[in-house]
Amino acid sequence: MAQMNMIEAIRSAMDVTMNRDPSVVVLGQDVGYFGGVFRCTDGLQRKYGEHRVIDAPISEGGIIGTAIGMGVNGLRPVAEIQFADYIYPGFDQIVSELAKLRYRSAGDFFSPVTIRTPCGGGIRGGQTHSQSPEGIFTHVSGIKTIMPSNPYDAKGLLIAAIESDDPVVFFEPKRIYNGPFDGDPDRPAVSWASHPKGEVPEGHYTVPIGLAEVVQPGSALTIITYGTLVHVAVAAAKTAGVDAEVIDVRSLSPLDETTLTDSVKKTGRCLIAHEATRFGGYGAELAAIIQKNCFYHLEAPVSRVAGWDTPYPHAFEWQYFPGKKRMVAGIRRVMETAA
Amino acid sequence: MANKSRLHIPRPTARPGDEPDFSYLDLSPAGAVDKPSVAARVRDIEYLSSGLVRVLDEDHTAKGPWNPDLDPEKLQIALRWMLLNRVFDKRMWQIQRQGRISFYMEALGEEAISIAQGMALRHGDMCFPSYRNQGLFMYRGMKLVDMMCQCLSNTRDMCKGRQLPIMYHSKSGNVFSISGNLATQYPHAVGWAMASAIKGEDNIAASWVGDGSTAEADFHHALTFAAIYQAPVILNVVNNQWAISSFQGTAGGDRRAFAARGLGLGIPGIRVDGNDLLAVYSVTVWAADRARRGGGPTLIEHVTYRGGAHSTSDDPSKYRPKDEWEHFPLGDPIERLKQHLINEGHWSDAKHDALVDELTDEVLAAWKEAQKYGTMNEGPFLNPETMFDDVYADPPRRLESQRRRMLEIEQNGGEQ
Repeated sequence: MAQMNMIEAIRSAMDVTMNRDPSVVVLGQDVGYFGGVFRCTDGLQRKYGEHRVIDAPISEGGIIGTAIGMGVNGLRPVAEIQFADYIYPGFDQIVSELAKLRYRSAGDFFSPVTIRTPCGGGIRGGQTHSQSPEGIFTHVSGIKTIMPSNPYDAKGLLIAAIESDDPVVFFEPKRIYNGPFDGDPDRPAVSWASHPKGEVPEGHYTVPIGLAEVVQPGSALTIITYGTLVHVAVAAAKTAGVDAEVIDVRSLSPLDETTLTDSVKKTGRCLIAHEATRFGGYGAELAAIIQKNCFYHLEAPVSRVAGWDTPYPHAFEWQYFPGKKRMVAGIRRVMETAA
Repeated sequence: MANKSRLHIPRPTARPGDEPDFSYLDLSPAGAVDKPSVAARVRDIEYLSSGLVRVLDEDHTAKGPWNPDLDPEKLQIALRWMLLNRVFDKRMWQIQRQGRISFYMEALGEEAISIAQGMALRHGDMCFPSYRNQGLFMYRGMKLVDMMCQCLSNTRDMCKGRQLPIMYHSKSGNVFSISGNLATQYPHAVGWAMASAIKGEDNIAASWVGDGSTAEADFHHALTFAAIYQAPVILNVVNNQWAISSFQGTAGGDRRAFAARGLGLGIPGIRVDGNDLLAVYSVTVWAADRARRGGGPTLIEHVTYRGGAHSTSDDPSKYRPKDEWEHFPLGDPIERLKQHLINEGHWSDAKHDALVDELTDEVLAAWKEAQKYGTMNEGPFLNPETMFDDVYADPPRRLESQRRRMLEIEQNGGEQ
């Protein structure tokens, strides 16, 4: 075991898979010589060469489009889109081509592309470096959508994604690249060194796609969340003094309905939290599933904590970001509603 | 010049009721364009993007440096494939008009492109076709009955009923799955070609788009990546003058030839007579050879004419002169090859008519066989359960439960 932050864990996932499988290639803006703006690919080009770690032009549609063609020709491309906010020029290639190729060719053609992309706010990135567009991708049949919340899961899930024959959009919450974040911007940053999930095996392992994790067991309330807000939820439950069960969805699609449903049947109360905007968001799907599966167990309406339905504002980051205060308020709202 | 800004609204030279007018087409006489070495520098061969490479002359002889000197037997085979494409299209069009398939697209007037390029490429080279490349599928071994079954969405449909008619694919023939989204396959071809080079293989990729689709971002992404990495790929623009009702000027063809689109990136462009099988074959061999020797991509513009409607859903008499094709200066590719072979003493009208009859029978027999696997109205039918297959290699549980739910509703109206 080694001590890793999320950046090192993600880099290690690519290193391990590239070392085992010569068909794995990495492409994206600044990923080669420089090693990526977040350093996730640092050293990979020196180790695996310029034909396997490819510096691409500023052309997200081109990166994803050519990655698809490489995948059709037997490679296993890992494409980096530098910020999730910049994925949209490649959106048609993801939705119309990558997601549908296997289906439309009745299984004769497929392309096992993994798209890595940093997402989320809390880093003073303004509206073009803070978005959480995962709900746009979970809506598309034919791709898998993943968002880890810690180094151990990040490495295990990324290896599973790269080795999967299905295309995966892999969101990396950049606020927690270097350490968990409890949602209170006034407290000093902490590193992954003191977190149990910062202990990461150096070699090959996978975290299976399609399984949620109970991060913290509890009996009073279930908080279903993922990404940065996993840590916010744990901290907020403590502040609120509520015995909350916190579930990290991790794999947004395919979704582990069983773990979610079992928990809410047990606690009878459910709060769903994500950074992304609320209306039509991924949380609405979670709420519908919980409502259907747990209706007779619910003691309060399913509630949501989410980003406001505005673009992500630069100046009002901490009014916008669903941090600890909003999470505590959300917990109280669900707890105080009588059945 | 005027002293204020103004818009240029591109307009075709003729609309319904007007005299067809192709004076806008820059033509070169057969044999007039020099053939450079495949190792030539791009800046030294820019002339290829503005001239027009032609081999078959008005007098039906083959002329000039691009003459590939193909054996008469090979040319007869090429003629046969082009004719098969045309006879097949004609029959499938009628079948659609009878309401027996939902949709069809014919390649009328553009058959030389798919057949000549099919002949010029190696089987290991991967083709990323557009929707008017059915000749490529035929040339690469797809049976007519399989193409028909795809159009019928029946039990033998290679797409299992998931795609609109004509969206074929052939894994064994190395022809990629056709997408209804235009130009998306262009960057796939470049990526495929890059992978070929990364793996140290010498197979190349080729892709096709129409003049209209050159305006898509994917066209430019593909050219950019092909140029940067010198990918071994042939990028074809089939300029058939019309994108549904938009003439080629609407995609910018009025300004400069589509073949010149790559010059700013350092990609050589060749403008070729797309109705001249010999010329198309010859420029494709040149571009493939260049790509295989590390010379990178070539952009080929095929100047041709869409002889028919865009699709069975289209009526071109609403936006272009009915007799425009008859006035197209580059003629009909099948007629031109036929006359060349006759001129050389290797073909005759009688042989030609007999071949058309033979191919018509072949198509008819295939249609009879195809219907045995199911039609739109008569079984056998595809099992609707299969609609849940192939969404993923590793399907999520929710698809399995939706499959069960769909079957319940089909079987008992969803009761219980």
